[in-house]
Formats: sequence, C-alpha cells, structure tokens
Amino acid sequence: MRYSAFQILKQGLTGNKGWTPVWRNPTPKAEYDVIIIGGGGHGLATAYYLAKNHGLSNIAVLERGYLGGGNVGRNTTIVRANYHLNGNSEFYSHSLKLWEGLEQELNYNAMMSQRGVINLCHSDGQFDFYAERGNRIRAQGDDAELLDREGVKKHAPFLNFSNERFPIRGGLLQRRGGTARHDAVAWGFARGADMRGVDLIQNCEVTGIDITAGRVTGVQTTRGAIRAKRVGMAVAGRSSQVGQMAGLRLPIESHVLQAFVTEGLKPIIPGVITFGVGHFYISQSDKGGLVFGGDIDGYNSYAARGNMPIMEHVMEAGMAMMPALGKARVLRGWGGIVDMTMDGSPIIDKTPVEGLFFNGGWNYGGFKATPASGWCFAHLIATGNHSEHATKLLMNRFATGHVLDEERTGAQPNKH
Amino acid sequence: MSRLPKGGLIDRSRSIPFSFDGATLTGHPGDTLASALLANDVRLVGRSFKYHRPRGILSAGSEEPNALVELGEGAARLPNTRATTQELFAGLVATSQNRWPSLKRDILAVNDLMAPFFGAGFYYKTFMWPKRFWESVYEPIIRRAAGLGRLSGLPDPDHYDKGFLHCDLLVIGAGPAGLMAALAAGRAGARVILADEAAQMGGRLLAERLELGGSAGHEWAAGVAAELASLPNVRLMPRTAVTGAYDHGAFGALERVADHLAAARGAPRQIFWRIQSRRAILAGGAIERPIAFANNDRPGIMLAGAVRRYINQYGAAPGARVAVFANSDEGARSVVDLQAAGVEVTALIDARPDAKAPDGVPHFAGALVTNTRGRLGLKSVTIRTASGGVETIAADCLAMSGGWNPNVHLTCHQNARPVWRDDIAAFVAPDGAVPGLVAAGAAAGAFSTHAALQTGLDAAKAALTDLGLKSGKTPLPKAEDAPCDLTPLWHVAGKGRAWLDFQNDVTVKDVKQAHAENFIPVEHLKRYTTLGMATDQGKLSNIAGLAIMAELTGRSIPEVGTTTYRPPYVPVQIAALGAHGEGQGFAPHRQTPSDALSRERGASWLEAGLWHRAAWYPQTGESFWRQSCEREVGWVRNAVGICDVTTLGKIDIQGPDAAAFLDFVYTNTMSTLKPNRVRYGLMLREDGTVMDDGTCARLGAAHFVITTTTAAAGPVMAHLEFVAQVLCPRLDVQMVSVTEQWAQFAIAGPKSRELLNGLLDAQVDNDSFPYMGCGPVSLGGVAARLFRISFSGEHAYELAVPARYGDSLARLLVARADALGGGLYGMEALNVLRIEKGHITHAEIDGRYSAFDISMPRMVAAGKDCIGKAMAARPGMVEPARPQLVGLKPAGVVKHLKAGAIMVEVDGAPVREQIKGHVTSACFSPTLGHPIALAYVAGGVARIGDTIRAVDLLGGVDTLCEIVALPFYDPEGGRLRG
Amino acid sequence: MHLNCPLCGPRDLREFSYLGAARLMARPDADDQAAMVDYVHYRDNPAGENAELWQHDYGCRAWLHVLRNTVTHEVLSVALARDKALEAEQ
Repeated sequence: MRYSAFQILKQGLTGNKGWTPVWRNPTPKAEYDVIIIGGGGHGLATAYYLAKNHGLSNIAVLERGYLGGGNVGRNTTIVRANYHLNGNSEFYSHSLKLWEGLEQELNYNAMMSQRGVINLCHSDGQFDFYAERGNRIRAQGDDAELLDREGVKKHAPFLNFSNERFPIRGGLLQRRGGTARHDAVAWGFARGADMRGVDLIQNCEVTGIDITAGRVTGVQTTRGAIRAKRVGMAVAGRSSQVGQMAGLRLPIESHVLQAFVTEGLKPIIPGVITFGVGHFYISQSDKGGLVFGGDIDGYNSYAARGNMPIMEHVMEAGMAMMPALGKARVLRGWGGIVDMTMDGSPIIDKTPVEGLFFNGGWNYGGFKATPASGWCFAHLIATGNHSEHATKLLMNRFATGHVLDEERTGAQPNKH
Repeated sequence: MSRLPKGGLIDRSRSIPFSFDGATLTGHPGDTLASALLANDVRLVGRSFKYHRPRGILSAGSEEPNALVELGEGAARLPNTRATTQELFAGLVATSQNRWPSLKRDILAVNDLMAPFFGAGFYYKTFMWPKRFWESVYEPIIRRAAGLGRLSGLPDPDHYDKGFLHCDLLVIGAGPAGLMAALAAGRAGARVILADEAAQMGGRLLAERLELGGSAGHEWAAGVAAELASLPNVRLMPRTAVTGAYDHGAFGALERVADHLAAARGAPRQIFWRIQSRRAILAGGAIERPIAFANNDRPGIMLAGAVRRYINQYGAAPGARVAVFANSDEGARSVVDLQAAGVEVTALIDARPDAKAPDGVPHFAGALVTNTRGRLGLKSVTIRTASGGVETIAADCLAMSGGWNPNVHLTCHQNARPVWRDDIAAFVAPDGAVPGLVAAGAAAGAFSTHAALQTGLDAAKAALTDLGLKSGKTPLPKAEDAPCDLTPLWHVAGKGRAWLDFQNDVTVKDVKQAHAENFIPVEHLKRYTTLGMATDQGKLSNIAGLAIMAELTGRSIPEVGTTTYRPPYVPVQIAALGAHGEGQGFAPHRQTPSDALSRERGASWLEAGLWHRAAWYPQTGESFWRQSCEREVGWVRNAVGICDVTTLGKIDIQGPDAAAFLDFVYTNTMSTLKPNRVRYGLMLREDGTVMDDGTCARLGAAHFVITTTTAAAGPVMAHLEFVAQVLCPRLDVQMVSVTEQWAQFAIAGPKSRELLNGLLDAQVDNDSFPYMGCGPVSLGGVAARLFRISFSGEHAYELAVPARYGDSLARLLVARADALGGGLYGMEALNVLRIEKGHITHAEIDGRYSAFDISMPRMVAAGKDCIGKAMAARPGMVEPARPQLVGLKPAGVVKHLKAGAIMVEVDGAPVREQIKGHVTSACFSPTLGHPIALAYVAGGVARIGDTIRAVDLLGGVDTLCEIVALPFYDPEGGRLRG
Repeated sequence: MHLNCPLCGPRDLREFSYLGAARLMARPDADDQAAMVDYVHYRDNPAGENAELWQHDYGCRAWLHVLRNTVTHEVLSVALARDKALEAEQ
C-alpha cells in the first residue's frame, strides 16, 4: 500500500478499516541467499539495500525480539556528519545524504528534521580543535560553521551566558544535522525490505552459526536451522556473543548508555545542542519531549539500565548550561547496550569465516549511520568488495596500526 | 458549591484563596488543587494532547493524565503540574495549558473533527511532499500544536538539594501494609525509612471508610504514624516518592519539601535523596483502572476510588448526581460512601450479571455503559442492560472502576517483568527481581485491608530476620478481609471512540488499527500508537491496551506481555536531579597559589582542566590581548618573567625500584639520570600513542619527582599506579601526587638568575645549577626545590615551595621581576614562547600522534621495553605518509595563520582526499616579527623548505607557507645554557 | 552500585573508576606483536561473569580485581589487583 495524504483521506472516510499489514509474518524458509542477523536499524537497512541496490530477494532478517527493538529504538535520534578522520568522514557524509532523501525513498515519514546540531566549546584549545574539525567537514563537502560566543547567543539565547562554570567560547554548527523519528526509520526500512520480498522474521533468536571448512553454511535458531550462502551480523551490543558462535573475538566492549525524556513541552530547543565538557546533549522531539543524554555509565554491562551517578551528572550538566530546564520533569530514563570499539569507530568488514560478514562497533553513534551502514554492508555482502564510502572501517586496523581514534582517547572505551 | 457540609480531613476552620485561569477561588488546608477545584464546581480543567478534547479530573494521584496545569508565573512557572497531587496553599496560581485562546473555546479542538484522519501513526504516512515542506511548513505546525505546558525559558529561580540516606529497611508507601511493616521493624530497632508520596501517612485508609481495630482507618494510621515519629530509629518521609530501584540497594527518592508552601522560606523546594538500604518493602498500593467505552473521557467521568477519596478525605463531591460503573464490589462500596455523604446516586451499573444490589439505588446488573453525553461536562450516560435494552441515566459524574493494578513499577526497574494472576486479573510483582526488595499489600495483590496488614507484617519479619534483628510482638488490628470479586472488563464493544490513554488520545480503535497493520508486539503497539507514553507512563492505560491486543490476537494477557518499567516512578524535575549543577556549582574551580595576586593585577582568565589560569595581565593603555601578551613575551626574552606553573602535575616517586619503574613507563631511559639532574620524558599509551610529556627530576638515588601536563595529571597518576600495582607488583616503588602540595613558578629570562640570587639563601651559578640541573634550595629558611628547566627557551628556572608559601613567594618574585624590568606573564605569552621554541602541548599530542609524528622517534630508547613500544611499531604507526610536526611561516601575500587550518599542496584543492595535515598551534611571534605556526604535514620532516598552503575554509583564509624546521627561535639552544 | 573495597569497605560507585577486562593484568611479551595487539584491543566481553579492573580513585587508590556479572551487575568478589597479580606469577 502506498502512503499519501490521499490514502489517509480515503481510509479515514471508510472507517479506517482498509489498512493492511506493514510487513508480513513469514515462516522461515529452509534456505536463503543472505541471512542478516539482527532486525535493528542497521540490519533492516542492509536488507533493504541488498534488495534495492543489488537485486537480491531471497533474504531473511532474523530478529530475536521485535523489529527495531535494539538501539534504533532507544537512542537520542541525532543525525550529523561532523567527523574528523578519513574513513569516518566520507562514511557519515554519505549517510547524511541518504537521510536527506529517506522519506521519499521509503515512502515513509521518518521525520528527518534538519534543524541543526551545535557543539559548544569552552576554551581556545577546544575552539582550535573545532576549527580543524570544521575545516575537515567542509573539505568533505558537508556544511560547518564556527560560531563565536555572540553567534551561539543568537542561535540558543536560553543557554547560560552569565554565570556559567565553563564560559561558552563558541560553537561548531552543522545546519544540515538534526534528528529523526527513530522507530519510523526502522519501520520504514522494514516495510521497504518486506515490499521487496525480504522475509522479516521476529522472535527468532540465532543460537549458532554453522561453518563447514571455513565457510558459513547457515544458522541455528530458536525456530530451527536455516541454511544460507552468506550471513551478515548486525547485532550491535550483542556482537561479542554472536561473534563467539563463529569463533570470533572482537575489539568490542558492551556498555550501557542512558538517555532521558521529559514530559511534553511547547517548543524551546532549536535542533540539537551538545555541551561536550559536561557530556550532555539535548534536542526536542516533535511531540514536545526534551530528549537528552550524556556519557556511558563506564563499566561493561548488558543490563540495559543505568545507575544514578551518571544520570545525576547528566542532569547537573543540563542545569549548568540550560538553567531553564529546571522546571522540566524527567518522565523516563532508559539504557541501551552500545558496542564500543577500541578506537571509537565502527567496523564493516569480512570475517575470517568465508561468507560471514560483520557490521558493528557503532559506539554511541549508530543511529546516524543507519542508512549508510545498510548501504555499505549490503554492498560488501553482495559484491564481496568494500563500498567506496567504507574502505577504512576494517577489522584488522588494530593489527596494522591504522586505527581511527576519533575521540583521541586510545583503547579504553569508557573514555571515548 | 460542591463542598460537602461535613466530613473529610481538611481544616474547615481556615479558608485559603487561590486562582485558576484568573478566577479567584477558595479552599481549605488539606485540599489538593484538584479537590479544591471540585469543591468550587470547576470540572473542565484541561485539554487532551492530540484532539484537544475537554477534560476533567480523572484520578486523585500522581497518575493523573488530564488535570495538568501550569503552576505559578514568570520564571517560577512549572508546567504539567498535577492538580491531584499539588497541595493547596494561599495564593496558588494555576493556569490551564495546551489550549488557545481559552480552555472553553480551544481552536485546536477542530482536531477532534479530523479524528478519522488523525488515527494511529497517520504522520508516518504523509507530510512527505514536497520534500522541503517538512522543515518549513509541516513540522513547525506540528511542533506548535504538540507539547503540553510551557517552560518559561528563564533560569529556574528556586533552590533544590540532594543528599544521601542510609537505612536497614526502606518502606515505600504508608498505607496499611507499609505502616504495619514500618511499625514492626521500627519496634524491633531497625533503622527504618518510611516514605510516602502523600502529605499524610495512611494511603487508602484516608480515602476509605474502614475500621481498623475498632477505630476509623485514618485514626489508626495517625496513631501508628505518631508512634513511628516517636522512635529515634525511624525516619518518616511524607511527600516523598521513591523514584527508582538501582543496583545493590540504592533507591532514588524525591522529597517535595516546600512545594506545598507559598514560599520556601530558605528551604529547598525539593530534595533528591539517594537512599542506600539493606532491605526494602514496596507497599505502594495499587492504581485503579478505567474502563474503555465510547466517550469515556468527558469531564465528570472519574475513577471510583478517586470519587471516594474526594468525598471521604477532602469533603468535596465530584458531582451532584453520580452514576457508578464497575465490574467488582468497588461499585457497591462507592455507592455506600456517596450515599453516606448525602450525594445522590442515579445508578449502579455493574458489569457482573450476578452482582447483588445495594439498597436505595437503581441497580443494573450485567449492564454496560455504552456512551456518554455532555460537551464540557458529563450530562448523562447511556447503558445497555443485561436484557439488551438501552437506557439513558442522568449524571454529572460517573464513578468507574475496572479493577486495580498493583503498583509493581519499582520491582521491575531491573528489567524483570511482572507476573500475571488470573484470580485478580492483574500483574503482580515478580519475586526477587530487585535483590532485597519485596512487595506487600495491594502492590503484591493483597487487596483486602487485613491482607495488606498481614503481608506488610510478614515482609517486615522476613526483612528483620535477614538483618539479624528479632521481631517483637506487633499484633494485627482487626480489619475487613473481603475477597476480590471481579470479572475482567477492559472495554465495552460498540461504536465511537473509547479512550485508553486519555492524555495521548489513544483509543481502542487505534489498538485495532495497530493490530491490522501488524504492529502487534507490545512495544510496537506502544511506539506506533503512543499508548502509555503520556505523563503517567501507561499506569492507567497499558494493561487495558494489551488486554485488547490479547483479544485481537487470541492470546492471553501475559503472552502479550508488558513494556519495560523504567525510572522515575513519577516524573522528577531536572532541577532536583541536577541540584547544585547550575552556574558555578557544576564543577570544582581549582585556584592557583597566585590566584589572588593575579586578580589584583587584573588578569584575564582561561580554563585549563578545572583550573583557572591567568591568560594575560593587561596594563594601562593596552586595549587588545595581543598587546599585553607581546609585552609579556618581551619581558621573558629580554628581562625576566614569572609564571605560575603549579597546575602541572607533580608526582613524587620513591623506592629502590623507582628508576626501573620509570624506565618502563617512559620511552626514554631514566635510570641513567644522575641525582640533581632533570630529563625530558615522553610517555606512551599502551596503544603506542603519545600520552603525555614532562620532566623527570632525580632528587636522590631512589627519589624522583616527575611532572605531567596540567590536563593529564590525573590520568597519568592512575596509569602509573596501574603499572606499579598491576603490571609490576614486585617492584618496590611508591608514589603520590603532590601537585597541590607544591606551589611552583617559572622564572624565565636572561635576568632569572639575577632575580634568584637576590632571593635565595645561597647563591646559584652555572656549576651548582647547570641547564637541566635541580636540587634543594632555601629561601628565608624555607626548604624549596629549584629546577633549571625552560619551556620558554630562555635561561630559566622553576622554583617550588610548599603550597602554603605560594602566595607569598608569588608576590616576592613579582616584586623582584618588576624591579628588573619584567613581571608576571600569563598563558598566552607562555603559549607564544613555547611555539617559538617548537615545544608541544596537547594541541600537538592530542591523543592521536606517535613519537614518530612529533619528530621524536629517537625518544623511544632501543634495548628496553616500555609501555606502548610494541604498538608504536605497527606498520601504520610509522609509515612515511603519516603527519609529522614541522614549523610554518607565511611565504606569500596573506600572512594570517590560524590553528585548525588544513594543509593543502600549492596546486591542490581543499578536499578531504588531498588534505596533508593541519595547523595545530599558531601565533604572531613578536620575537621574529611575523606569524608562525606548528603543523602536522604528511612526511613533513623531509619537506623542510617546501611551500604548502594552510587553508581555513571556515574563515575563508588561504595562506601560502614555507615549511621550516623547529624550533623557530634559538635552534642551538645557547640562551638556555648561558 | 557498591563495591566492597578490601581496604576501605563498601563504597559507592561514585568513588571508583573502571578500566576494563582483568586480562589487562597479563601483559604479554612485547616481542610478540600479535599477542600485544590482542592484549591491547580485543576483549571477551562476556554477558555474565566478567573479571575486570577498577580503581578506588576517590579512596585508597588501590587497583581492584572485581568479579562482576555484566547482566545483573551482581558483584561476586573484590580483591586487590596487586595480590591477584602476584598470585598469577606463581
């Protein structure tokens, strides 16, 4: 069913009885050309682009819970392309371009809203660093503006400019950055994949990966064995467990990242504002809730929930930079399990097992990568070659020394 | 007036004024805003989120979805305040929200007419054409229409606090179960905290007409509370909501200290407590559930338990002619209470065909409410009787009860799911889901008063046993023990919209549509329809929503499952959770020993880690920072300058194996360093990247003092402790950070020795303190340390004294320097001096560069292992294309050099693929008379003399540069040694 | 979260900082490049019991070897990392 204002009108006038399932509930087939493990944003996008860009149709996405139930359903919905390093820069740039046409591409309104992302800075050193980053962003072909204190004041007048502990020196603004409705991104890709014949199989947990003579032959699942010529992993925080099924040890730690939303409020926050010194970032959803978060809790965890110290620190940072937030009430906090790599950059690569491909290590920033991650992972799975947008996101970079240390903090994920 | 002539726990002797939407009204102490509004016949209090439907008060607790108001005015305005929990105070000002121009006439109520087109998820299917209209047209309209109340946009003017509490037993909720548990534990001597959301201890005992041990329920509660208050080991915390259950016995709790007062009078408005508890009992009661039937959202339709609370606790009648609709004995109980209060009951509609009729009320067993009338307030209800007949019953209030949901929230904060019990048609707390926490009373599904008391007592006894305490005798008072006699009823089939989530306007039809569109998993249902995402987080709506999905899919309710329970249990202001974060409170402010002196001298400040350091010291006639900076540079180059360098990390390292230890953590060798000598040192992270640089001074055979950069002082200390304790546990070495114990000043410039020799108790010369020499000195009898080291490139020293002499020494040094034609210099001058000398700071060693990159490959000593050496040897870390640190000076017409500019070949383009590096630090060199910069350039060391461009795309500056060798100034180092 | 520091007793999470897996105690021979790459960058990252290193940095500054469940956050044991390192040498 094609979605449009006309369709809504038509259904509305006929009692809304004609809506049809957005995707099927297929029974797993005995064999697929490609199996994607993980029905989150990246897995669904991969399936979509495998079908759309590469003409494959005998594809299954296996999801142990419900579609979009991983980090795509529990993030702070920020989209930006403001990376520093070769390898990341072109990848996220490609992603932002895909975001910009996503609704029309998917015929699904994911509400990509380009109201800007501003990173505040508080010292000359940080300002110089942002100047370098801004220049690199511009050299990549994306937009960046370095605002001084007055420029920031114009952009976000309600910030604390008078008695702040870390006086605002300026900010790096990317106007094309913004937010999107996270669930809708997963659903849009899922619907698009389903329409192209991809089997989306929920409540189907992968329990083993079948390997014969160094080559993947299929997977074991809670709904039986399924054969496959190629298997792609896109399981984020569960990468180490699924990887272990194929004997992989990964440069990844799983950490919990908390996020929060307030009760609905009339519009106050323009776009996304990040207060890096305080590890704090915030935006406002179209529904009116302030969506914000901070640093990871700092210890390995699969618990999908955090503790009070980081939660309080996030709130304190919010009060420090935006004292008007005080009267907003936190409605809900949650935790996601993020797959932190040792250099803070992701991996889209082959594995030592022939036919088994790995996508993971998205740290706390996988949401913005969703379209490009799917695009590039699909390219790798379909062609066996790396997409031109993701040539450096390699597994062996730790062995060769070509690490992509975006956060400059070394091999300690809780410092990223 | 709907104030009943008598009854209730309010203080009728006093009247207090308040206002709602500009109208001045009065209530009594003991009222909530909601009860006072009802007593004043105000029934329309809000508008719903999507359809802007007129709404009245639905509940009497924090789960209220409709009666949300803006409280107060100006900067103090607090949006989304529940009228049902806000206690009345004199002068309270409340305003309705999310309506325009007025509550009665709200333009956006037109949305209600558009409802057929505004069903679940309609926005995902449209607003996509033309593409650019999303940001410019559709989204701004949606954003304006969305949201509930308004933030003022001004800093929160109120005060908040945080604190820690510790106890043996935390009892959450002070109804019969919680009071009983606290009493038993308190008498047994346990350190007990009893917390309850409400102002008064008692829970449902305040709302019901029950007898306990022969006295009225609320009197029994008051008696227990009084005894608990008299026990020194018990802390009563009314107005305190426990918000979250965290790891290892930690709970978050919000105490509303002054929210009920007109003025806080110095007290914080709220305190966010972190309670560390060895055992905890959740006695948080249950929340009544509505029934979904057509137009069940009109003002006047209220939960039956709330109706009883308004009558019994507040003496306020929610209506003059009340109908009751229930599926359990809660209906009959409500009728009796209403009648006792003298309120006319127009009908009892009981969904159970076999329900017994109470006296004196038209009774409809097996009947259902199918529709209601009344635009701004309920006028009548339409029912379908057991025989299929349709009747209309006049009523301005409908009390409804669909049963009760135990308040399992906190027991599920650690990812557990509640357990379904068919006998009460409700989810109850799972066992052991939060270690140390058990549920009791209605929260555990024990609905009768007797069962609540009994389970509360049992839970306390079990906790006391765990705590190693003996339970005393605490007899149970006699109380009712009625069975739960309920027939599940989630919704009444029929035409029209039947609300599940009142605030978000989610109806049964939306659930049906979600089902039709295959958004069947409970999380899809929630996310697609927004069911349960309102300010009550689904407390009123979730179970009914998933019961309907269970019907549609032919599954049981537990098979459908619940969504995840997340803290906070009730929404909490960011100001409370972030108390003391505002303004200067956010982070410590570290001051240098020369802080006071620098302030006297009018310093401009900059942030370095948590330190505030003087950036420059303006003098009369200087209008621009560079004037001051260049004057200060000149002092150092030509006379003598004084700079506070206390912020650099100082670590004292001692022990027979100290030298061996340092050889392992530094890339270069420190064991060969002679006593009274200093060596520059480089440390790597284990991944081969430069971690930090600094000096290492050997004060004795087994005694070193090393320095770190300001920013790395903490991380380097932790790193050294890791290496010593974990990697080298056999080395006999000890270390301690002495950054704050020693005040340290740089004395730099050709006249530095002259200055020192006028100050020290014994003269120094090139023999006693050669370049890179160090040793003990004394001045005025104070033992000090002198290091002949230089960051500026001049003949220079650093002098360290115990921190208590820091201010005094700073003043002494500056007075001497002033007399010698120099003076204080700040960070800007320090930066220029070090760039002229090509010294690195964190702009160059920012965590991505190797010893190879900073052109110090020989700093990594051969013949020994050190941290990071192996990884630094990986091919990618040493390949020729890596950036290397070089100097730049302008070579063309454009002279401007800016840090952050990217390096591009003369004939290249500033595109990512062609970037050769970037400028890390830049300044105007007053010494050389032109701009200079440090930059990373690919293969840079081999390109000395080449030209290249530094391009600042952000500022539109393109500078042709010559690549030059470092340092710019005094490459032979003659000035250092002289 | 609480950790029971062997020197200081039970203390709140706020006093501690986390480094990573306890295998960082077992630094391989520096000449074994592959082993070093694995040591620095690769992790078992178990969902369940995890041996890990913490520092009591706002306390006694001891490095601690902690056995903790990453799914439930239950702490099973806390020992001085130095003692564990000496044990491992034997």
